[in-house]
Amino acid sequence: MSASFYSPDDLVALWISLKLAAITVVLLLLLCTPLAWWLEMTRSRLRVLGEAMAALPLVLPPTVLGFYLLLFLGPHGWGGRLMQGLGMQPLAFSFGGLVLGSMLYSMPFVIQPLQGAFQSVGARALEVAATLRASPLDRFFTVAVPLARRGFITGSVLAFAHTLGEFGVVLMLGGNIPGRTQTASIVIFNHVEAFDYAAAQRLSATLLIACFALLLIVYTANRRVPETAASA
Amino acid sequence: MSLALDIGWSRPDFRLTVDCVFPDSGISALFGRSGSGKTTLLRCIAGLERAPRATVRFNAEVWQDDRRFVPPHRRPLGYVFQESSLFSHLDARANLEYGLQRVPASRRRIGFDQAVQLMGLESLLAHRAGELSGGQRQRVAIARALLTSPQLLLMDEPLSNLDLASRAEILPHLERLHDELSIPIVYVSHEIGEVMRIADHIALLEAGAMRAFGPIDDLLTRPDLPLAHLEEAGSIFEGVIAQHDAHYHLSYVGIAAGRLAISLRDAPLGRRVRVRIDARDVSLAFRPPEQSSISNILPGRVIDVTDDRDPAQRLVRIDVGGRPLLARITLRSVTQLAIAPGVALYAQVKSVALMD
Repeated sequence: MSASFYSPDDLVALWISLKLAAITVVLLLLLCTPLAWWLEMTRSRLRVLGEAMAALPLVLPPTVLGFYLLLFLGPHGWGGRLMQGLGMQPLAFSFGGLVLGSMLYSMPFVIQPLQGAFQSVGARALEVAATLRASPLDRFFTVAVPLARRGFITGSVLAFAHTLGEFGVVLMLGGNIPGRTQTASIVIFNHVEAFDYAAAQRLSATLLIACFALLLIVYTANRRVPETAASA
Repeated sequence: MSLALDIGWSRPDFRLTVDCVFPDSGISALFGRSGSGKTTLLRCIAGLERAPRATVRFNAEVWQDDRRFVPPHRRPLGYVFQESSLFSHLDARANLEYGLQRVPASRRRIGFDQAVQLMGLESLLAHRAGELSGGQRQRVAIARALLTSPQLLLMDEPLSNLDLASRAEILPHLERLHDELSIPIVYVSHEIGEVMRIADHIALLEAGAMRAFGPIDDLLTRPDLPLAHLEEAGSIFEGVIAQHDAHYHLSYVGIAAGRLAISLRDAPLGRRVRVRIDARDVSLAFRPPEQSSISNILPGRVIDVTDDRDPAQRLVRIDVGGRPLLARITLRSVTQLAIAPGVALYAQVKSVALMD
């Protein structure tokens, strides 16, 4: 792939998309791992509420999510005023805002595989570890996480690919600013609007191939990982 | 006074009321039907289950009372689960090391090599759980528990999910465990044959309550308990290999009441062994039979005669050398021979099983 194949704007947009997806995945893993663990382990009634909220972005139109985030994070929203009060720039129309929006938008794609994977680890493997002197935190890192590898791989790749392709939230919240918040999927839209189908084709094919390759990696990796926690 | 329990746990669908002290050595079998609360009791001892009103003490430590609850990972015990519980993301060696690494070196009393040798795992260390047979996996699980140098070993029907060949493969290892390590073991089982083979004490659980608790030879033969009325009821005797007779292919086991002939065994003289005599293999006579094909004859005195499951039969408990022997004979014989408590007679034993 030479620079002549993509325009400089295309390359910048691709780079922003990659950076956005990578940062989103890392932050989501940090946030969703304890959350998914709690959802799986708790007997609290809040569990149902938590599960419903974690699944909400799946069914919500991305523009609705983007719209509310814009209101919330804009200079007149609570979040925006709070940020300004702390001496920071409001997150709306910034890369930070995109990260926040992407995290909310892609959260179900991390939470659900993780929760499922923690469920398949099962109580028994953790009990075994407890009788082998492992403290709860020790059990989590040495038994639950390695046995839930599938969930981590699936969640990461799905969230990455999903963030790469997101459009509505990014457009509402980011405002299509080249070099800052203009991602590849928005550039594709711009190319189509300008009737530059060839350019749109190049970027679209790139994303298609990238996403397909990622999914291939997930399915290959998941085939190799043993299925259950304690072998029957 | 090693393990003392006082549990009063009552729910509409379930009850566990146990107040007892387990001996500080040997294997205590928790015996009962499925649903009698054996596993729940074991889990309460381990701290995997928290009974609402319970006191669990081990030696000088309180593991649970009204104010305290020591979590399982702080209790110096080993637990072997019913089904194979190896970590599938680790090979056998890493499974063994998992517990070992979490015990400070100063508290380790069982070394890696010792546990591996005791359970015969030398050739299995590089294998993952999925590559091992059921019996092999369970041996790794037992060694893994041992490597935490537990002061108490809890085993929840470790053989019940295994086929006969795998059981036969593990039982000798369990007996070595019993002989070579002085760790008290609480062993859950619903197989009386297994219990007769390895247990020193029996705790008999019925519907969540402790029906009886005592030395195995006593409980197996007590006519007021269901054990003596099982089809496979019998008595247990501890003895030593006393003599070999190559000509007749016999070995002699010396027990308190006399000498028992068994098929020739390749065992060193003086080795401690356990023999089992089934109640249905014992017949009774007033004089030592002079011309009989039965060579094992023990003199004794009748303790009691009780009804058995079959109205045609009676269960006779006989004191032989201070130990109880169980005989299942017909009501007709009891009447004709006038067998009654206190009567001196000879027990003819048709078959003796060496338990190893």
